[in-house]
Amino acid sequence: MSTVVLETHNLLKRFGGITPTNDVSLKVHKGARHALIGPNGAGKTTLVNLLTGVLEPTSGRISLDGQDITRLAPHHRVRRGIVRTFQINQLFNELTPLQSLALTVSAQLGISQKWWNPLGSDARVAGLCEKLLKQFRLDDVMDQKVSVLAYGKRRLLEIATALACEPRVLLLDEPVAGVPEGERQEIFDTINALPADVSILLIEHDMDLVFNFAKTVSVLVNGAVFAEGDVASISNDPRVKSVYLGEGVHG
Amino acid sequence: MSAVQTSLRADARWRWWELALGAAAIVSLFIPGGHVLLLNEIAILALFAVSLDLILGFAGIVSLGHAAFFGFGAYTAGLFAKHVMPDPLVGLVVAMGASALLGAVCSVLVLRGSDLTRLMVTLGVAAVLYELANKLEFTGGADGLQGIVMGPLLGRFEFDLYGRTAYAYSLITLIVVMLIARRIVHSPFGYSLKALRDNRLRATSIGLSVNLRLAAVYTLAAAFAGMAGALMAQTSGFASLDGLDFHRSADIMLMVVIGGTGYLYGGIFGAVAFKLLHEVLSAWTPQYWTFWLGLFLVVLVMVGRDRLIRPWTWFKRGGGA
Repeated sequence: MSTVVLETHNLLKRFGGITPTNDVSLKVHKGARHALIGPNGAGKTTLVNLLTGVLEPTSGRISLDGQDITRLAPHHRVRRGIVRTFQINQLFNELTPLQSLALTVSAQLGISQKWWNPLGSDARVAGLCEKLLKQFRLDDVMDQKVSVLAYGKRRLLEIATALACEPRVLLLDEPVAGVPEGERQEIFDTINALPADVSILLIEHDMDLVFNFAKTVSVLVNGAVFAEGDVASISNDPRVKSVYLGEGVHG
Repeated sequence: MSAVQTSLRADARWRWWELALGAAAIVSLFIPGGHVLLLNEIAILALFAVSLDLILGFAGIVSLGHAAFFGFGAYTAGLFAKHVMPDPLVGLVVAMGASALLGAVCSVLVLRGSDLTRLMVTLGVAAVLYELANKLEFTGGADGLQGIVMGPLLGRFEFDLYGRTAYAYSLITLIVVMLIARRIVHSPFGYSLKALRDNRLRATSIGLSVNLRLAAVYTLAAAFAGMAGALMAQTSGFASLDGLDFHRSADIMLMVVIGGTGYLYGGIFGAVAFKLLHEVLSAWTPQYWTFWLGLFLVVLVMVGRDRLIRPWTWFKRGGGA
């Protein structure tokens, strides 16, 4: 059994009468390729928001490497390696892709608070940016403002920004939402190329992508973990089929 | 140097018009004539406006009470000259430090809430300081702090009646602050301000401490505003309630808006345009000049700054606009 990196203990979140996260105990192992699926409104994004500290849980705990991080501020969690992408692009619209990545890389290198030397005066920054821009095919638009970029490019930048944070645990909230069919696999190829010890938790609707990518699958229904197991057992589980996949599912 | 490196450095490169502006500033020191008092005021207001642009244009903090720091700096410099020592440079540094301290304390208030909350909080802080200065004994109450006598600058240059020394002093202070601010906005810290202005959620998600950075830039802006206030008190020999008044905060906001936010020089262009408009319009119609100012603002916003300063595009059709 590999080591658990990120773990939730009886995590619960209540908004008034709604309980989007209900007693969730989830283990993400080191190097996991873990998918989180579930029908709309199952509480997948809420769970990511709890894990990253955007929301505070009503009760329950979250631990990283065995240390409690339930009350840790979001930016400290990022520095400890929990990095996410957003379902809806969250970008710096008035910066260029290059500047966005250079700032992100600077934050990662611990030099983002420097206030006297220009951005990118550290040689490492340019090197890392160049690599990311090439990898995500953003080099041709690196000097354009993010706000004028095409949607596909912005999506790539969203993911490139997350990878620039050098995640240990990467939370991907529907990374290919709105990306044309043909380009989806390419994004997943990039994600698959990440070092084997990076743990990835993927939220995705496209079942083909999930079953191609993941080794472990957790099914969330009404805020609670409904089923959990490896890809084969989940895809053949009749309960999962009836609750989530419905009838019209191919494969 | 790689293309990426070149691009990264492109923003920090000196533009021709920046150098021209610097040259114009230095030439303006040697123009004979009676406009020195006006020029001095423009330099001071430009410094004040640049300080507001740092928080408004870069960090996205909307403030309608930035005069709090201007007035605080003015009173601090005035009191320091009266009771401690008359040296202007020491007074300037003291006023800067005191305003920075006040800014650091007040920054706690602008970290949370929406733009509207910040608008109200900043307005409130300025109103509190205004009434304190009005009520307290040692600030001179409604009469203001009068009879501030400054020593010579650097022990050599007396503040003369024509205001030449005063203008040189204010202008050089402005230039030094601009050089510092320019380095800051091109640094990783400067970019992080724009980043958290654009998207706080994302700024947090790349590991930036949003609150710490907002507090830092608010403190810095307060320090620069305090310097502007100190210059005003020192070069006019007078610190008054006017420096803390609401209209100061509103005027400076107008200047930044007229000049444009978020590229550092908007404050300077705005201060020049605002004061020149004031001079021309109030000479023409002393009582109703704000009517024309208001009209100008409406036209500026409706037509757009980029188009307004390029008259040759006014009568062209289309043009992608």
